[in-house]
Amino acid sequence: MAMTMHIDIVSAEEEIFSGTAEAVFAPLASGEVGIYPRHTPMIGELKAGEIRVRSGENEDSYYVSGGVLEVQPHVITVLSDTAIRAHDLDEATALEAKRQAEEAMADRKTDLDFARAQAELAEAVAQLNMIRKLREKM
Amino acid sequence: MAVGKEIKTQIKSLQNTRKITSAMEMVAASKMRKAQERMQTARPYAEKVRNVVGHLHFAHPEYKHAFLDKRDEVKRVGYIVITTDRGLCGGLNTNLLKMAVSDMREWHEKGVEVDICTIGSKGQAFLKRFGLNIISSVSHLGDQPEINQLIGVVKVMLDAFANGSLDRLYIVYNQFVNTMTQTPTSLQILPLVGAEEDEELSHHWDYIYEPEAKQVIDALMPRFIESQVYQGVVENNACEQSARMVAMKAASDNAGDMIDDLNLKYNKARQAAITQELSEIVGGAAALD
Repeated sequence: MAMTMHIDIVSAEEEIFSGTAEAVFAPLASGEVGIYPRHTPMIGELKAGEIRVRSGENEDSYYVSGGVLEVQPHVITVLSDTAIRAHDLDEATALEAKRQAEEAMADRKTDLDFARAQAELAEAVAQLNMIRKLREKM
Repeated sequence: MAVGKEIKTQIKSLQNTRKITSAMEMVAASKMRKAQERMQTARPYAEKVRNVVGHLHFAHPEYKHAFLDKRDEVKRVGYIVITTDRGLCGGLNTNLLKMAVSDMREWHEKGVEVDICTIGSKGQAFLKRFGLNIISSVSHLGDQPEINQLIGVVKVMLDAFANGSLDRLYIVYNQFVNTMTQTPTSLQILPLVGAEEDEELSHHWDYIYEPEAKQVIDALMPRFIESQVYQGVVENNACEQSARMVAMKAASDNAGDMIDDLNLKYNKARQAAITQELSEIVGGAAALD
């Protein structure tokens, strides 16, 4: 029986594949790499492409749009991106987030007032506790 | 029977309220299941990315990322505050904000400035009222938050940390313990706090970097932070649904109790009215004899 290694392909939102493989081929930014068990530790940036997982006769492929590949001698981890990322795109979304914050802050009139914020919250919490106690009594 | 009619209308309106709250309870219950599933499915990535970053901690690259840079002097801190978009979920947001505000106040008293990133409109509305400085904000992520909705807000904070305008970054969210219990939690995410010692990895070794250490680490770090924030968001979402379910169940029960009380009152009033009418008739008949 051929030597195998464990491979996990995950994206932020879900687990895509987890199992054993005899060989894995992945598209790195600098070109495709083939990884067999006992590979030396490596970490690399993935570009869009397919990851092929070979085990026995089977070869499965999974599409990734980018991400990070980590190789340990017997474990391979693929952190796949779900979002399409590019520097400009990230920049644009960051600007959008800033704009939303500025919009929210635009009608701000009050000065920094922790005391009042805390007082108001304490009151709300006290009310909630009171309601709970009343319910327990019933 | 004027009193009786009034009570009847009151009962009707309470019944309508109960219909709404029990519908909301059921909706929240089904959303909660989905939100919990989402929390589970997001976990593998969070674990793996934490592992990789932990390994990297023990590797000895020639390049040290800004996120690992521990600064002794703290002049300005950042908070990512995750709240819900909608209310009617009991004390969930209130408890969270209470903790966040008292933390921020402590910083403020030490002369440290606080910058805030809000995720969710409840926190945004509350914090801006008290003059806190919100520098990035996103809301209305919906029931299925996606990581690309978060990249922007998180990037603003990460950039601020990288260029030195923030010295610490915390994330505040509700941790999902179980359906009945949600705990407000505050975690330091930057600078990265060291991973636990791993015997196997503590000897000197290093990765092969493809193409270069800087590029790979620069790609990995934001993903790590984003995944932590995403985890916070989905967890807070599960908390929101379960808190709402519990709150709406309590509201439906209360409406039921009130309806029972009013029914009793109505019947008593009706009985009193009938008794009175009867005694009037009897009295009238007696007067004729």
